[in-house]
Amino acid sequence: MNSLRGKVAIVGAADTKVGRVPHFSATQLCVDAARRVLEDAGISKEQVDGLVTGNSMVEPYMYHAEAIAEYLQIFPRYCVSIGAGGGTTFSAVHHAAAAIANGVCETVLIAMADNLLTGFSREQAMATQSSVGHAQFETPYGPTVPALYALIAQAHMATYGTTPEQLASIAVVCRKHAALNPEAQKQEPISVRDVLDSRMIADPLHLLDCSLVSDGGAAIILTSAERAIDFPHHPIYLLGAGEGHGHEHISQAHSLTTSAAVESGRRAYATAGLGPRDIDLAQLYDCFTPTVLIELEDLGFCEKGEAGAFVEAGQIELGGQLPVNTHGGMLSHCHSGNPGSMFALTESVKQLRHKAGNRQVADAEIALAHAQGGVMSSHATLILGREAGE
Amino acid sequence: MTVPSGRNLPQPTPETAAYWEGCRQGKLLIQRCDSCGHYQFYPRILCTDCMSTQVEWIQASGRGEVISFTIVRHAVSEAYAADVPYVIALIKLDEGPTMMSNVIDCDPEHVRIGMPVEVVFETWSEDFTVPKFSARD
Repeated sequence: MNSLRGKVAIVGAADTKVGRVPHFSATQLCVDAARRVLEDAGISKEQVDGLVTGNSMVEPYMYHAEAIAEYLQIFPRYCVSIGAGGGTTFSAVHHAAAAIANGVCETVLIAMADNLLTGFSREQAMATQSSVGHAQFETPYGPTVPALYALIAQAHMATYGTTPEQLASIAVVCRKHAALNPEAQKQEPISVRDVLDSRMIADPLHLLDCSLVSDGGAAIILTSAERAIDFPHHPIYLLGAGEGHGHEHISQAHSLTTSAAVESGRRAYATAGLGPRDIDLAQLYDCFTPTVLIELEDLGFCEKGEAGAFVEAGQIELGGQLPVNTHGGMLSHCHSGNPGSMFALTESVKQLRHKAGNRQVADAEIALAHAQGGVMSSHATLILGREAGE
Repeated sequence: MTVPSGRNLPQPTPETAAYWEGCRQGKLLIQRCDSCGHYQFYPRILCTDCMSTQVEWIQASGRGEVISFTIVRHAVSEAYAADVPYVIALIKLDEGPTMMSNVIDCDPEHVRIGMPVEVVFETWSEDFTVPKFSARD
């Protein structure tokens, strides 16, 4: 198998305004993200010959990527909309990178956006929440999205003695990082006590263990490593990518406490020729606090069952062993649905460009970004670096 | 009991109709592979272990244990609001497969991982009876 290592690079990365953005529809946010990233990469829309998007929940299209291409009046030869829940964004990068490496296209624009905060009607929100889960064998019982993730947290707590305080400390760290990010939706500091005192949603998840509901979009531009040196910013190379797909419905999961992040991580590390100890910072999918815990373990940053102690010891804070979610994550920066993890990608690019301001991880060379969709169902891991390697 | 409208009613498909009919008759049906003996849930047209299409319905014991659960404090929709707080649980059946359900007839605070449970049937309408679980000794 041909290795993707160092074959493609991110040459543009941009976010729209995030948080509450009432003056833009989901489509407009997606197009705004595209406009901004073209500016960041210093290219015209005519130079884009590949477009990858993910559908909006608020303003869906039958063929979303085609609709965005039509809106922008671009005419790509590679045009696809991907749907893998929260893992969509990194799956998109994986697929686009493979397309570039195989000569299918040269310059791919990946743009995702949604506006769940101001665009969703109450009916749409209820219908979406009610539709998560198996239509015959899960949803009749009335699970909420937090409840589905709470099943994972309870199992982890029962098996490994993980505590609510340890889960809460993940939310606290994300907020601490968001306080250093002027773009973040929530910036006022919170304490472990604040998390534990917030309303219980589905045991053991409190309101502040749950990510935000936001408007926002982001985009990147990916091209071959050969072409990447001609762009204005330092190219950020894709060193490794891997996916793992375990189930769709949580009641069909083979394990509640170990996820297919094990496989996606192993595949990404193998492609990159790197291991967990080589990673300078990580952006981990934090729709709810327990997902971060399980990803820290499954991606090899600590042993199974030890992530609770790892986060409690401050290891995922800026200055710790492995700074995580340096922009504030979906818990504090922005969670606009499936595009939520795009910000983990644009943040990784900012960090590796050494342009992350006062939240910069000193001398960051290698970043890992992981996303999952469904209920710990489909996983995608990316490893990015400042240098392409040999 | 009266069930409020607006609940997420299951829509049976050709491969699940027998299951829902079983529930209506107070039987929890799962599938067993004729070729390799593998038990599975939810219903499928083939065995997920050996891909044989010779899968047959059997009546499960209805006994199992809670492998995880949560107490929902904020209902998924109005139709479920009167049930709050309610328990969403994953039940590992004695035969092997896992299914989602509610644990009912007990204080939600008393539900524990590892708790032995058995199936009880809750009639929602003439057409729908839903399997739920309650504690057993």
